Amino acid sequence: MSFNKNGAEVVLRLDQITKRFGALVANDTISLTLHRGEVLALLGENGAGKTTLMNILFGHYLADGGTVTAFGQPLPPGQPRAALAAGIGMVHQHFTLADQMTVLENITLGTQTLWSLGRGRAVALAKVQGLSRDFGLAVDPVARVADLSVGERQRVEILKALYRDARVLILDEPTAVLTPQETEALFQTLRLATARGLSVIFISHKLHEVMGHADTCVVLRHGRVVGQVATKDTDRRALAAMMVGAEMAEASVAPGVPGPVRLSLRGVWAGVLRDATLDLRGGTITGLAGVSGNGQAALADLIGGGLVPDRGQMLVDGVAPVRWSPRAAIGAGVGRIPEDRHKTGTVADFTLAENAVLETYASRFARGGFVDWVAVRAHTMHLIAGYDVRCPGPEARIRLLSGGNMQKLILGRVMEETPGILIANQPVRGLDVGAIAYVHGRLVAARDAGAAVLLISEDLDEVMGLSDVIHVISEGRLSPSFARGELTQAELGLWMAGQGFDHAA
Amino acid sequence: MRLEPIANPSLWRQLGLPALALGVTVLVAMALALLAGADPLAVLGQILTGAVGSRFALLETLNRATPLIFTGLAVAVAFRAKLWNIGAEAQLYGGAIMAVLLGTGALGAPFVLPVTAVVALLAGAMLLLVPVLLKVRLGVDEVVTTLLLNFIMALFVSYLLEGPLKDPMGMGWPKSAALIKEARLPRIVDGLRLHWGFGLALISAGIVWVIQTRTTLGFEMRAVGANIRAARFAGMPVNAVLVKTALLSGGLAALAGWSEVAGARGHLSLDLSPGFGYTGIIVAMLALLHPLGVVVTALFVAGVFVGADAMSRSAGVPTYIADMLLAVALLTMVLAIALTKVRVVRG
Repeated sequence: MSFNKNGAEVVLRLDQITKRFGALVANDTISLTLHRGEVLALLGENGAGKTTLMNILFGHYLADGGTVTAFGQPLPPGQPRAALAAGIGMVHQHFTLADQMTVLENITLGTQTLWSLGRGRAVALAKVQGLSRDFGLAVDPVARVADLSVGERQRVEILKALYRDARVLILDEPTAVLTPQETEALFQTLRLATARGLSVIFISHKLHEVMGHADTCVVLRHGRVVGQVATKDTDRRALAAMMVGAEMAEASVAPGVPGPVRLSLRGVWAGVLRDATLDLRGGTITGLAGVSGNGQAALADLIGGGLVPDRGQMLVDGVAPVRWSPRAAIGAGVGRIPEDRHKTGTVADFTLAENAVLETYASRFARGGFVDWVAVRAHTMHLIAGYDVRCPGPEARIRLLSGGNMQKLILGRVMEETPGILIANQPVRGLDVGAIAYVHGRLVAARDAGAAVLLISEDLDEVMGLSDVIHVISEGRLSPSFARGELTQAELGLWMAGQGFDHAA
Repeated sequence: MRLEPIANPSLWRQLGLPALALGVTVLVAMALALLAGADPLAVLGQILTGAVGSRFALLETLNRATPLIFTGLAVAVAFRAKLWNIGAEAQLYGGAIMAVLLGTGALGAPFVLPVTAVVALLAGAMLLLVPVLLKVRLGVDEVVTTLLLNFIMALFVSYLLEGPLKDPMGMGWPKSAALIKEARLPRIVDGLRLHWGFGLALISAGIVWVIQTRTTLGFEMRAVGANIRAARFAGMPVNAVLVKTALLSGGLAALAGWSEVAGARGHLSLDLSPGFGYTGIIVAMLALLHPLGVVVTALFVAGVFVGADAMSRSAGVPTYIADMLLAVALLTMVLAIALTKVRVVRG
């Protein structure tokens, strides 16, 4: 056993963990230590590497370098069973429960041997009831999981870990799905757990939770640890600055020449969007900053035709569209670069050529109901050459392409239609440096050609570097628009954390 | 053990594994024959000669393949769009009923044949349209509705044959009156049982292939099946595509019943289909849902059935060996296809 200078036992030590996905370095020599009874918050933007790090710790991923030590013993990499046996319990963001089974069955699942089925149920029940009393995890052991609320399901997940005698609890964004009351109950449970000598790591990007409930805070950014502080020695402002990067990013491209308003939202409610007001001007890149899951998807869906306003007005070139659908949006000149290029942007089993015309096969490449594959092939060759798509050819399955090349094909598919309005949702997520620069260059070129570009990103550097106008989105609300350079990154970070909306008009 | 995807499967994997599957099927057949107390090689030989060994046998196989091509196509078209039509059997009987309703004198020459074909097609289309509308409007699982429609339809046909459609001259047997001569599909070769239904089945396979590979509708069907989210995002009218797929699939299955009544039997009875609708699923799966492949696998499946019939008459091995063979062939083939795409890794 090793101890730190304060005498608290070190229960978990990550040393120089490195993980690469292709050219992307998700974790870059990350080290951290967790002590007995400590609550450690892992803070960072989406894509900062938090979940990757926890998956390595739990054995879901194999690290490319570095070691994990639990309770003084090295943990064999890539073995979730070993992590479990060492007393590490993980509660995933997306629960892993069997809906049709009871709470008790879910908790004991995988712990019984074949021969003990049926026996030992009373013992298990007593243990679960004891745990649920000790840790304030109220849940009916014989209820069916399908009938439980999200908060209750999370309690089942925590019970599952405790039932397996976890000494270290890892919670991946535990509060993302909870109501404020459930959140309070969760932190009460965590306090009870640490009082009993357990240690907790929770992943979050909510500053007030970290300040309120963590002892230590480790901030990740672009896969690196950018800061490790005791929460009593810091404040939200300092954390926000750390999270979004201390350096002031200068706008890296010349400002655009604003044109007419192409699309405007007036008090629109749609999905999780609340009272959104927004103008997208031609010749302008409008950046949307915000922590993921705050309504970006709904906004992109709304403008892209996948969602219609419940209330409020949307005007495209000054006219309220009669019928709004993806096809109507494409017809109105809206180009869409989707957030998830694998699941929504492309059909993995289709060829490059088929994917290249996924949106235009009927409008541009059909004659009398037949697809003109010769023209499609020529068009695809043109895209491959014009957008530098590295691939075996137009007949190759798109699943074989790297993320960057896939994105370039999507970019080409959209740009070739010279969209008047362009929605780029996380356009460079997961791409390497070269591809990022390429995509950014194309977005600026589209703007200079007169398009109204909406750039949605969680990376403040990206938003500040490219945008002429910036909005911040938080909990479905849009901030007023800020001109380039009007706010510092730290100020934007506070807007992202939800401050300022109450005072804003 | 884990499964690891293979990006570019080698030719050996793509051809060798299915061949291996076929080999395993043959071995299992021999083992079954041995179990039944017969000479395995003789049984195999008799199945083969029984299926393709003579002009008569060959024509019998082609005849048996005809409804299987139609139902196989119906399933292949639907499954390609991930529309799980398990109700080809019901749609088949829908087509058969129309052939009898209009073909026993209600309509006269010269239009009776094309009109019954079109009406049969529409009847099958409607039988699948209802489950699909329930699916797209209310989210009702089409596997359940189409499967259960088979039983509803079987009972309905039974009612018709005991009641309104019962042949008054049928001496009490539950069968319909015979179709008039003009409503019958002509023979391809005079004096032999093979009728033009087989020709139409081949033409249908060609048409389906052209639809799937050349038309915008086929493109949409494949996209909806391969990634419905991407199809929707790209602006494809997903629900309309599913409805059109249903109409095509149901119509094709109905043509199986129509061609059996108008071509092979000349009347409708309860034993019209020994499960052609269900066997169509096997045919389509073995063909990897490829419409031209359906023709090949339908011939294979029909050959196994016809061959096993002939073999059981002479070798005394029960004809159920055919069902077992097809089951083994399907399972080994599905496994072989899966293994062309992934490899099993230890650890």
